[in-house]
Amino acid sequence: MEQTLGLLGGGCGGGGSGGGPGGSSGGSGGSGLSNETASSAVSKVEKDYMGLSSEGSSYENEEEIELGLGLSLSSGGGTGGVGKNKGSLWGDYGRILTAKDLPNGFSGRAGGVSGTKRAADCVSPAENVPASTGVSSQVVGWPPIRAFRMNSLVNQSKNPNVEEDKGVGGNEKKENLKKKTNYGNHKTDDTPKDKGHLGYIKVNMDGVPIGRKVDLNAHNCYESLAEALEEMFFNTIAISGEKESSRQPPKLLDESSEFVLTYEDKEGDWMLVGDVPWGMFLCTVKRLRIMRNSEANGIAPTIQQRHERLKGKPI
Amino acid sequence: MCVFQSTINYFPEEVLEHVFDFLSSHRDRNAVSLVCKSWCRVERFSREKVFVGNCYAVSPERLLSTFPRVRSLTLKGKPHFADFNLVPPDWGGYLHPWIDAMVKARANLEELRLKRMVLSDDTLDLLAHSFPSFKSLVLVSCEGFTTDGLAAIAANCRSLRELDLQENEVEDRRGQWLSCFPDSCTSLVSLNFACLKGEVNLAALERLVARCPNLRSLRLNHAVPLDALQRILAQAPHLVDLGTGSFVHDPDSETYHKLKNAIQNCTSIRSLSGFLEVASRCLPSIYPLCSSLTSLNLSYAPGIYSNELVNLIRHCKKLERLWILDTIGDKGLGVVASTCKELQELRVFPFDPHGVGYTAVTEEGLVAVSAGCPKLNSILYFCQQMTNAALITVAKNCPNFIRFRLCTLNPTVPDAVTQLPLDEGFGAIVQSCKGLKRLSVSGLLTDQVFLYIGMYAEQLEMLSIAFAGESDKGMLYVLNGCKKLKKLEIRDSPFGDVALLADMGKYETMRSLWMSSCEVTLEACKKLAMKMPRLNVEIINENEQMEASTDDKQKVEKMYLYRTLVGPRKDAPAFVWTL
Repeated sequence: MEQTLGLLGGGCGGGGSGGGPGGSSGGSGGSGLSNETASSAVSKVEKDYMGLSSEGSSYENEEEIELGLGLSLSSGGGTGGVGKNKGSLWGDYGRILTAKDLPNGFSGRAGGVSGTKRAADCVSPAENVPASTGVSSQVVGWPPIRAFRMNSLVNQSKNPNVEEDKGVGGNEKKENLKKKTNYGNHKTDDTPKDKGHLGYIKVNMDGVPIGRKVDLNAHNCYESLAEALEEMFFNTIAISGEKESSRQPPKLLDESSEFVLTYEDKEGDWMLVGDVPWGMFLCTVKRLRIMRNSEANGIAPTIQQRHERLKGKPI
Repeated sequence: MCVFQSTINYFPEEVLEHVFDFLSSHRDRNAVSLVCKSWCRVERFSREKVFVGNCYAVSPERLLSTFPRVRSLTLKGKPHFADFNLVPPDWGGYLHPWIDAMVKARANLEELRLKRMVLSDDTLDLLAHSFPSFKSLVLVSCEGFTTDGLAAIAANCRSLRELDLQENEVEDRRGQWLSCFPDSCTSLVSLNFACLKGEVNLAALERLVARCPNLRSLRLNHAVPLDALQRILAQAPHLVDLGTGSFVHDPDSETYHKLKNAIQNCTSIRSLSGFLEVASRCLPSIYPLCSSLTSLNLSYAPGIYSNELVNLIRHCKKLERLWILDTIGDKGLGVVASTCKELQELRVFPFDPHGVGYTAVTEEGLVAVSAGCPKLNSILYFCQQMTNAALITVAKNCPNFIRFRLCTLNPTVPDAVTQLPLDEGFGAIVQSCKGLKRLSVSGLLTDQVFLYIGMYAEQLEMLSIAFAGESDKGMLYVLNGCKKLKKLEIRDSPFGDVALLADMGKYETMRSLWMSSCEVTLEACKKLAMKMPRLNVEIINENEQMEASTDDKQKVEKMYLYRTLVGPRKDAPAFVWTL
């Protein structure tokens, strides 16, 4: 079944460039080897993935099994898949990165690991590391930093360094004004880089028991967020047997799609994603819900009820 | 089996009770209660502080009937890896049943300390109204409540002394919870709301501080600006522990000048934290505090450059605890090493966890600190790279580690020089640090490191493993060797059924085992659950098909098992399947 989020119309072709599942190879096993265009390689990995699912536990010398040691994408909601092997859901970042992959600081020491059986050595069939992404940026829960701290760090590192405002003057009132703008809710500042909110927010989808969390700070536009969500939720379903057919680019808020993306804002109202500028969205979003389009027409009553239930829940 | 029964009976129970009063540690008390029936009874009825390491291991009712005089309760809920988003929301860990039970039993609850629990505003409200002697609420890494719940606590807990919120997810309702402390509230000793995201009523805060003469610990959130801080310090010069909010101001202003004076008067401050927003040019104002500081936490202070950090730290000769960001750099750690000779605990957090391209701290910083700080016994260190040689040196320099947690930002990075696994380095640590209780390993690791851990880490109670090992042997070494192991958490490592099932009885000696993205199959989990009725074996289902499927050979994505007296929990959500 072709289920896609009612996501972006018109190509946000960004999906392909990172070698993500939006591209040719993405798909059921998530075996989106970055920039692997050879379909044979793709099918090999897919087949291995399928094969792996029924194999025993020991990691012998097969490369495909060693692939299984790839960085797991088990998110808070997990990546689903019956018999899923660790390395199966790759996307564009599911592999062990070794020293030689790190762009800086290791240039003198590239050279792979010798003398160990550790799979990490030889895993990377996809040689490209997106230059801008960090080593650990795509592994859920790594580095192991408490989510609260992680969100604070992300917010801080994106805020302008306070040191930089030189407008000191002797005028205290002016300082106060500046302060207000700085630590307030950044409502006046709508550049994409301003982040006045938590990084990880919850996402639920109708019909899926487990909620997930998505890091809003990892995205700077609706397209990118929608893609990530589509990958998170729809790849899961596709795993259960759907062959990876040609994937259409994600369609955000496309009313013809079966699902729509909605969010709860600070006032507790549920809104369609995409109506407000991205920066404003970031300031007001509390959590996301992927709803069936059929229910979305009556957004207010249905969601309010659900909202009430969830509010009273933790007992 | 009490050999000294006859002698002990000479002591009336009141004397025994009085003796037991001196035992504060719950472990000592547990030991005492095992001696004989009469000691057990006396101990039970006199125990006021109860520690429950896993809220699902025992039922609230049972706890209350065993310890009817409980006044202080510590509860831990979700598994540790929940802190890193590995546990789906709504997993569990609810406080409400505990409060409910205590209300029904008319317990005289005074103190509640929670970690990774879920509590709603309603629960807080119930708590606030039910225990007239309630004094102390400490919440660490909890969620589910809003500032409305805090308002209920503030308004109704007449004897409140301590409200300590550490790294909780609290929804801000833009209410005036601080104003809800009545004018009659003068008993506060400790108030920490640094983790709150929203604005606070500054006037109410200042009035509150002014009327609480016993206030010794105050940690503000980012919404409290420097001028408010100055007024607060003027009212509370006896503070021992201060967490600033925003620390940004014009150093030429009168406010800043007043702040400096106020700080000069705060001669009791021993612990400093916060700086949630900071301008380095304002830091010199706190230099006068530095020479008596024993604890400094700048890990939430963004963008202080290394040389400024260093300037600050040079003044802190008595520091025992330092939490800092890796922007301090190896050189900065060198200064720590030469200045802070009393240092016991060091935590270095990554400023930019997903960043590449700058080497913040490496093995050199760690080695420097180990060489310069002879009392170092606890470390949490995030770094870009590590070497066996460095770890071996650290092990030699610091045989007293109780906690050693190393996190390489790339989870499987090998020795930066030799490209070998880091087995030998960690092996040296466990061999040298005979008192090691907690260990987190990272970097490229084979089964060998676990052989060492099993062989040497005799006191180890908690072990965290990620992306490590090669085969079941690794896990088996640990299970066989670490006799005192209480918590084992493993992710993304190739340990499977053979290891899981080799010694099933072991798990009853432990608090819990977490395994995610490993090689364990459903079949093995079922077997384990069947053989060990006093364990809850919980599988977290990523999709509903798992239960329906008949394929027991499928790998289990997340498994969490723990010993329990009360069988499968009744509040498990749909995605948790207790076998």
